[in-house]
Parts: sequence; C-alpha cells; structure tokens
Amino acid sequence: MASFKPTKIQVYPKLGEKVTQDTLYWKNYKAPVQIKEFGAVTSIDFSPVTPHNFAVTAFTRIHIYGPFSQEPVKSFTRFKDTAYCGRFRSDGQLLVAGCEDSVVRLFDVSGKVALRLFKGHTKAVHLTDFTSDRYQILTGSDDYTCRLWDIPNATELTTYTEHTDYIRCGVTSKLNRDLFITGSYDHTVKLFDARVEKSVITMDHGQPVESVLLYPSEGLLVSAGGRHVKVWDLLKGGQPLVSLKNHHKTVTSLALSSNGQRLLSASLDRHVKVYNTTNYKVVHNFDYAASILSLGLAPDDASIVVGMTNSILSIKHRKNQEDSKEIAGQQRRRPSYRVFVKGKNYVPKQDDYLVSKPVKEHLAKYDKQLQRFNVSKALDTALGTYIRFRKPEITVAVIKELDRRGTLKNALAGRDERGLSQLLNFIIGNLVDARFTPVLVTAAEMILDIYQSVIGQSPVVDRQLLRLQDLVKREIEFQKDLLEVLGMLDTMFASSLPRKEVPCSGIATLDWV
Amino acid sequence: MVEHGDIRVVHCGGSKINFRDPVITHDSRFLLCASGEAVKVFSTSTEECIHELRGHTGLVTGVLLRPSNHLQVYSSSLDGTLRLWDFTDGILIKVGQRFQLVAVHLPQSGDQMVEAQELSAVLSGVNPNPAAIAFGRGGEFIASVNDLQLEVYFFKKQKSYRFFLKEDNKKGGWNTFTCVACHPKDDCIATGHEDGKIRLWRNFNHKKEYTYSTLHWHHSTVSSLCFTPEGTNLLSGGVESVLVQWRYNQESERDFLPRLGGAITHITVSPDGSLFCTSHSDNKITIIQSCVKVSAVIQGLVKGDSIRTDLMMDPRSKALVLNGKPGHLQFYSLQRDKLLYNLDIVQQEYIHESGLQQFEVVKAAFDASGSWLATVEERHQKAAELELNLKLWAFDEQTQSFVLNTTISAPHDAQITAMCFCQPTDSQTTLLVSTSKDGHFKAWQLAAPAHTEDEGPSWLCDFVSAYHGLVPECCSFSADGSLLAVVFQEVVTVWSPSTWELLTTLSQPPGAVSDLCFGRLSCSKYLLGTTASNLLCWNLLTCSLEWTTSMDVRRLVADPLSENMAAFCYQSGSTDLFVFKPSEPRPLFSHKAVCSGKVTQAVFAPREEMLESCEESSQWLNRSQLYFLTHFSLITRFLLSPLKLVIDDSVAMTPFYLLLGKHRQQQQETALPQTSTSLLLLFFPFFSQLLQTPAHVLPSTSYLCSMFVQSLLISAHAEEEMESEKEEEDSEEEMESSRSKPELAAAAATESDTPALTKAQARELRRVRKLDHSWLAGLLDS
Repeated sequence: MASFKPTKIQVYPKLGEKVTQDTLYWKNYKAPVQIKEFGAVTSIDFSPVTPHNFAVTAFTRIHIYGPFSQEPVKSFTRFKDTAYCGRFRSDGQLLVAGCEDSVVRLFDVSGKVALRLFKGHTKAVHLTDFTSDRYQILTGSDDYTCRLWDIPNATELTTYTEHTDYIRCGVTSKLNRDLFITGSYDHTVKLFDARVEKSVITMDHGQPVESVLLYPSEGLLVSAGGRHVKVWDLLKGGQPLVSLKNHHKTVTSLALSSNGQRLLSASLDRHVKVYNTTNYKVVHNFDYAASILSLGLAPDDASIVVGMTNSILSIKHRKNQEDSKEIAGQQRRRPSYRVFVKGKNYVPKQDDYLVSKPVKEHLAKYDKQLQRFNVSKALDTALGTYIRFRKPEITVAVIKELDRRGTLKNALAGRDERGLSQLLNFIIGNLVDARFTPVLVTAAEMILDIYQSVIGQSPVVDRQLLRLQDLVKREIEFQKDLLEVLGMLDTMFASSLPRKEVPCSGIATLDWV
Repeated sequence: MVEHGDIRVVHCGGSKINFRDPVITHDSRFLLCASGEAVKVFSTSTEECIHELRGHTGLVTGVLLRPSNHLQVYSSSLDGTLRLWDFTDGILIKVGQRFQLVAVHLPQSGDQMVEAQELSAVLSGVNPNPAAIAFGRGGEFIASVNDLQLEVYFFKKQKSYRFFLKEDNKKGGWNTFTCVACHPKDDCIATGHEDGKIRLWRNFNHKKEYTYSTLHWHHSTVSSLCFTPEGTNLLSGGVESVLVQWRYNQESERDFLPRLGGAITHITVSPDGSLFCTSHSDNKITIIQSCVKVSAVIQGLVKGDSIRTDLMMDPRSKALVLNGKPGHLQFYSLQRDKLLYNLDIVQQEYIHESGLQQFEVVKAAFDASGSWLATVEERHQKAAELELNLKLWAFDEQTQSFVLNTTISAPHDAQITAMCFCQPTDSQTTLLVSTSKDGHFKAWQLAAPAHTEDEGPSWLCDFVSAYHGLVPECCSFSADGSLLAVVFQEVVTVWSPSTWELLTTLSQPPGAVSDLCFGRLSCSKYLLGTTASNLLCWNLLTCSLEWTTSMDVRRLVADPLSENMAAFCYQSGSTDLFVFKPSEPRPLFSHKAVCSGKVTQAVFAPREEMLESCEESSQWLNRSQLYFLTHFSLITRFLLSPLKLVIDDSVAMTPFYLLLGKHRQQQQETALPQTSTSLLLLFFPFFSQLLQTPAHVLPSTSYLCSMFVQSLLISAHAEEEMESEKEEEDSEEEMESSRSKPELAAAAATESDTPALTKAQARELRRVRKLDHSWLAGLLDS
C-alpha cells in the first residue's frame, strides 16, 4: 500500500535579485545617518590612523567627523572661497586643502589656523595631496599646471605644464615618494616621476577624467571620467585592462574596499556600484537620493560615506556582529534542541527488540481533503485568504491537480455570489502571470460554462466578468505587440547572421478570447 | 565434451503473472500462478520464485490445487493438455490430453474430469472469463454469468434457472455482470456489475421468488469477488485499486485497503483464510494478511499499453529500464527475471479512473556512466495545452538511487521525439540533446549555480537550433562525442557539439530516416540510418553513401561493446534478424522468422563474463547478449546453446541403460565362457555407475554393500535361487507397474526385440532387473 502523494507545488524561480554573498555583505549596514552640510560635498578623506576620522570638504569649510559622531569634531573655516580636496597626511597629523582662490592651505589637525600657505597657482586648486615622504605636497590646478611644494619652506619645487586642460584629480604613490599621477579634463591621465622633468606614462581615458585611484599594490590604476571607469596596467606601460560602463551619468568618485577585492564607483546617476575586481562584474548597487559627488570607505568597510550635490552627507555604519547576535537571541524563544532529540538518539543495544513506529506523514489540509475526494472543500481551502494572497502558487497547484483528476468542474460549480466573486478575484489577479496562465485559463473557461445561465443576476459578478474581459483584451494586445517586436528582432538577426541558423524562441500565446 | 551449437531464441522472462487468478497452497507457504507457458511457484513470505513448472507448450490458462492431494496441482493450457505437478519439488507427474481448455474449475470435493465434461455439456454460451463461473456450496450447483443473465445449474436436479436484469436501470449505469462468487456455506450468490454494484442473490432455486440485495461502494466496474472460506467476509475489488472487505450479513461494516497499485483483476483467499492475494493490472500480485495489511508484493515486468520509452540498459546495475507503472520507470534484472525497483518519475497521486489523462513517462535516457538520467513526461488533454516536463536525475552514491536534480517544465512547445546524452566518458561536461516536433532541437548542459554556493549545479539550455522548419525525428552522438547527427525527415544534419556549427548534411531520398546510429570502434567513420524501405550507410570521411540495401528495418540496434549492429526487418508477417558490421558487406549472422509480428524494441546487454567462441556466426554474442521484446510482452534473447553432448554423457544412467548396455555387451561376448573375468567385465559399468552417480541419489551404502556382495556370490549357487527369484520378481513387477508404466513398457519392448538368451544370461538379467527395481521402488517410497 503506497502512501498518498501530496499535491506537487511547482517551485518557481524567485523573481528579482538573487541573494548572493555580496548582497548579504553590502546589505549589512545600518540605516544611513544624514547630515546637512553648507554646500555640495566635493571630497571625503579618511584619516589613515585610528580612530579613522574623516574630513569632509563642502563649500567653504572642511569638517572632521569622528567614526561615530554626528557632529563635526573639528572644523576649518578659514577659507575665502570654496575649499577643495581636504586630505590627511599618512600620519594623520596634517591636512592640506585647495581653494577656489588658488591658495593651498596646510593645517595642523589639532590647530585652527593654517600652518603654511602655498601661493603660486593662478586658478582654483582642485587637487592636493602629500607625497609618501611626508615633506612635499602635490597640487593640481585649473591653470593646467601641477606643482610640487616643499612643506618646511613653503616653496615651489617643480612645475609640470604638460596637461592642456583643468587638472581635477590625482594621487600620489604610497610606495615611492617621487611618483604621482594626475588626471585632467584633457582626457589624459599622466604618471609623473619627480626625478624627471616630464611625465613618464600618458594614458588616454577618452573623457574628462574626474577621479583616479591606485591599487594598494600600485600595479593597477583606475580612472573614472564620463560614464566610463577604466582600469590600466601600469606595469605594462599603461595598457588598458578593462573598460566598465555601468553608469548612465558621469562617474565622479572611486573607492576600493579595504581588502582590495571590490571596487566602488559613485556617479551623478545617484548610484554607487560595487564591482568584483577579479572579473569586474557588478555585484551590488546602492541607490541614493541625489547625484553623488564624493565617496569614502572607512578601513575594513566599517562605514560608507557619500556626499551629494544637495549638500547632504550620508553615513552608513556597518552592523556589529554582536548586534545581530543579540537580535537572534531575542528571537529564539523555542524549546532547546535537547528537548527534541530526547530519547531519539538512543542507540539500541545488542539484545534490544526494536519496535519501529510508523512515521506519520504530515499532509496539508487541502491534501487531506483531496485524499477524501472532497474536491470543493479542497478548493475552498486553497482559496483561503492567506494562501490566495501570499502563496498563489499553492492555489494554482490545487486547481491544476483538480483539473488533472477531472473534477475541477465539480469543484467550481455550486458557489454563491461571495464564493464566485472570490474565485473571480483570484483569477483576475493572477491570470496574466505567465506561470499561472495555462491553468487559470482552463478554470476561467469552466467558470463561464458553468455560470453562464446566471450572468446578469448579480452586479458584483457582472462587474468582475467585465474586468476579466478587459484584462484579456489588453493582454492579447500586449502579446501582439511582443510578437511584432520578436519579428523585427528576427529580421535583424537574420540579416546580421546570413549563414547561421537563427535560434528563435517561442513565446507563450494566449489563445483565448 | 560440450560443443558450441546453433544460436537459439530463448524466451527469458517478463511474462504476465496476472493473467489468471493465483492459488495459495493449504499451508499458505506458496503461491502458484500461471505465467506464460509455465506455472511459477512463489514463496508467500520471501516473494522469491522457488520453482518454475515448465512443460506446457501453450499459454497456461488455469492453475488449481488437487483437492485429494494438497501437494499437487493441476494446470491447463492452450496446448490442450492438463498436467498434474508436484509443486514442492517441481516435478511433472501426469499429462492428460484434453480439448483446449480455457479454464478449470473444481468444487471442493469433485473429480476434475467429470466436472470438465459436464461443464461443456450443461452450460452453453459461457463467458470466457473464469471469474464468470463459480461452484456453489459443496459443488451442488454452478453459477455462470454472461451479459445481463445469471444462470444457475443444479447438478442433483439437472435443472438450470436463469435470471435476467433489465438493460439499464437509471443514470446510465450498466447492469452487465462481470463476475460471480458463491458463498461456501450458505445459498447465496454474489455478482459484480459494471456500474460498481454488488448484488447478493438468495432463494434462487425458485424461478419467481428469488431476491437480491445491492451493495454499492465501487464507483466503476467490480472486476473480482471472493468469499473467505468460512463465508464471514466478502472481498471485492475493481478499477479503484481498493480492496473492500464486507462483513457477510452486516454489509454496512466495511474495511478498506486503498492504493494497492494497478486495477485489481483477481482476488483469491488461501484455504485457511489467513492470506488474501490480489492480482493487479500492472502485473503484480499483492499478498495481504487477513488483518488487511500488505505483507508481500510479487512484481513482474510491467508492460502497459505501449513501451513509450525504448528499452535501455542502466550502465550501473546492468538492469533493463523501461516505463512501467503509470508515471514510473522500472528497473528489471534480466539475469534474475525480477523487478528490482520502480523509480517514481511523475511524483503525483495516480487517480484510478478510466478515461482520465495522466502524466506518462515517454522518454528516458542514461548517460554513459549511469550517473545522470533524463526523463520526459507528458500529459496531453484534449482541448488543452500539452504539458511537458523534462527531468534530470543524478545518481546518489549514498542512497544508491536517482535523486531529482532539475525539472524543466515545458522544455519544448511540442512533443519530444528523441533525446540522447553525449557519450564520451572522459569529458567533464555532460550534454543532453532533445529534439521536438516544434522543429527545434535543444542542447542542455550542466551549469554551475550562478550566484550562491548553497545550491548545486543544475541543467540549463545551452543551444537551440532548427533546420528549414523541418521536424527533427531522432538524434545520435558519435562514440567519441565529437559529432551530433540530427535527422530532419529526409535530411541528416551533422553538427559539431563544441562549436555548434552545421558541418554537413546528408540526404538520400526518398523516404524519411527513422532510425540512426553511429558505428563504433573500428567502424566509427560510418553512420547508419534506416528508411521505410532501405538500410543506408554513409561514410563520414567522404560524406557519401557507402552502401545501401533494401529491407524494411523496424529497429536498428548497436552493440555498445563492439562494432556489430543488429537490424530487425519485418517481412511478410514475421521478423528477420541480421547482425552485421558496417564495414563488411556480408552479415555475420542472419535468422529468418525470429518471431511473428513486428519487433520494435531491442537492446544489447553486456555479458558479465566474456565468452570465447571461435565460430564466426556466434562471435557477435561473445561480449553481449541481444534481448528483444515480442508482441506478447515476453523478453526473449539469443542464446548460444551448449547442446550437442556426446551421447555417453548425455543419456542418464538409468537402470535400463545398464540393462541395455550390459545386454549389448553380452551379445558381443556370447562366445566367451562364463568366467569370473567376464563377470567382472560385465559388472564394470555397474561399478562405474556407482562411482559416477551423485551420492545423494544413491540408496544407502549398507544396502548397496549387500547388493554388491550378493552380486559377487552368484556363480556358486545360481540355479537354486533362480526359481524363487522369478516369483518375487513377478509380484514386484505388478507392484511397480502402477508407478512406472511407460518405463516398463520400454523395458518390455527391448526385451521383445532381443534374440533368445542363454539361460545364464537370462538369469543374470533378471537379477540385475530385480535389484534395480527394488532400489528404484525404495526411492519412490521414500
């Protein structure tokens, strides 16, 4: 005697994004903290030393925030015009910033007044950075020049005038004190060696360069400009490696996740995208409220800081391990594992006589009713509110099973106005779902057959039938349009591949009027 | 001294065991059932087949215990004979030549012959179904049903009564009788009807005042009824596959045993009432304890209406695989003629209702190592879309069974016509190709999960293609997996699976190519195809037709272990077999008229041990055996028969052989004087017999010893003994005659043939005869 086989519920693939390890990792952040700044946030820089404060450059101020504070721990306000590119030195003691008034200021992080002023540029300075020997400063300006300055004397050491447009971004090597890279609106990225008078490598990005980034190993260089993010291999003399085009507006900022496995790019299209650096595929995506100008990532990905054009600074902190554990602990109020296995893990001894207990199979309510051939009741159960709205695939599976048993007509018949309108509601809601269409079309045809004699007696049912008719009409129109598009595509494929066979996939057609 | 003889066709199993109702022996230890041309004896506790009673040359139509001897059984057959068997030892006891019997029935205390004769005399127009006749209480009357009529014949009164039912009472229920059973103690007849009703007839020895009551539970035809021996319960079964147990006289109380399998065809009860057994339409016998609990299941090879999946060999278990029960795939051991297990493909509750379209397994394929199984199930309901599912099963080493890996619903828009796996064993990627009536063929590949690691790899569509809108009929991979051939009606297209390029097309009109296979090993450059009238062979190196012959090939099978191919051709009502190598023009072996009717299913099964036959015509059977399925659901195979034995070894060492042999020797030696040496010579075969006969069939050593000593003592006082011996012998011969008449007759014949003997010879003869008979008698008595 075989046991009753329960109704098979079709497992449909989950629509929407797949849950991956990356999704789980990047979703594990708390709700963002939003801070209103005085103007558009153009730069965010994290201090390399603990507690990893970060400097936020917005309008004429630079604020320094602590890792958990929502108020700035320090602010530098002595700028005459818009400040740019506030950056920490590698020991976290000094901060340099450019300004619209072409003066570069050097601050002590604990002080308030600028320690040094570097004057020499003729236009706004958008790029400032310390070299890795800590005694020099690199600046780049809208006057097409970039310069190296000596900190103790506040004197200019070298001027490079190779760029032919604004210099808006750049980075110094962390490993070699003489190397630095600048990106300019003349579409080029240039690698300079301070020991030589001119640039060593020139790379053509193709668009005005907005941001450059060096890998920790400094073998690879990432540049962002226009809609493109490009990766260059410096060890091969600046050979382009990959070109990514995942944003639909200018990419403004780049960051590397602390372990170097993921690359983040922020864009004016309000998205931050996360790439896997082994295959350069997008693995995650953040949405923000406004166009993003700057992006900062704390060491160990502890927080993501994003500055936007609407002068809002958004800080997302990573959830603590302990926090999530606490939540899990609260949820667990069930009997312990010990209770369940009590006596079940007993191993019978040699002389024991084993009495096996038949395992009782659990059947769902509709399955029990199907087993007893109570077809109408089974359909009623499957149309219960929870199942109908939350798990329509169960309702459809039961309808399909009834159809297979040849008893769907009996189950559908003999319903009052309420029951019928409930049924019609379900059909209207799910008929155009391609997964359920074949089953529900059969059911709808049967309902029309059964109840055609009582049409016109109930306004509720009549209204629903009209809705159903409307729905089907619209769906048929859609299908026609789709078939037209498919035909056009086929023509295009056929003309592009003259010799090969054309793979054409069929489309589910709704042949019901 | 065994020589290799001819190649024979041997029926090797898979016959029906549900053809007639089985019989349970008095001690409830054995179950006997008719199975093709044999009667099979099963153990009711272990489900194993113990004996096969072979001897009939036609279909066995009935099995019945001999009422006077519990250890003997009668069987009737379409060959017109009635045979009596001892089923515990599996020995044929008696053959009775009779008219062609359709069924045998015996009352509890009747003699079979009388009844059979009367049956033919008293009732005319008897339903050929044996369930439609039953003997009543102690053999007093016989009840028979046919159409709408119940006829009861009383033996004592020599009178019959007929009762009619109206054609159709209401709501389209058919009143037609289907089966009948009589109460063993009471005057009551139970009849089953096509509308699912059971009627209990009483008072039927009056023409007018008969009564009946109706029991209704079954929703469709009642196919079998049976009373328990004490008459307390009535068992009924039908299409619903539910065994219903009704209390006699308390019919509202019922016990049910649902979901037994296929539709119930027969119900029998053991003579002591402790076991019930039901036969099912899916070639199964279920043994049920009287507490309504299934205790054993004997399952034969299930052959439904059609074999939709081809015959296949499971590469792991070497079992034959084909579709069995609805929605299942059966694994059948050819060596043991036993069903190993059923794999549930559809995984849905089977609804026992006639006229209902259910999912059926229509295609299945194994990959070369047996680690993947692909199945296609379909359900075609009129006025609805075709429902198709392609399922891929992975072999699980731990549970030693197939586990569902991927379900692809609606893999194609129309029916799938063929499916095959890529053959090579060394490649990492497995490829499955399916062709469909929608004009496309698709390639499926095992793909790693796209994102998360927690789910295993699953199958995805890799490639879709078509050829000029033609319908692909079959597909085949070459032995190394480098080529894929897909037949589009008259055109054979050859593709490269690595790049999915169309390499070449071959066509040889007229006629659509229906079967296709690549040559193997040394013949791998050949591609063979069959059309309705031709067998074609292409050379793939030159892309041209190598040879063609005109024959109506119904099935082309390639041996996986050699270059050989077998073609079954249908010609004028019977099927011929040709075994050939694609590279050679002459067939290796041909066999005309293998069987009548068409053979559409055949398979090569690898042998467990390779044979070493040097004869050319039988070499093709060295590595594998060819099995095919005939029309009658029998699996047959070709066998190398080790037949021709040297005569000295072949003839059994019977006493009569001794007698004869000695006699001939004596004839040669008549001239010699009777000396001890000649005596020793005479006795030599006797010694050799003593030494050669297996020990367990010899009488006890003490007995033999005295015999031996006696034989040595003859020469001294032979004359005195002679008279007394003669008397003894006569009386003994009379005694023996009842037991071994034919043997004695043969002996007598030899005696009459022989010329007159000398006195000493005759005495010697008698002595030996006497001795032999006595120990033969001893054997029989024991």
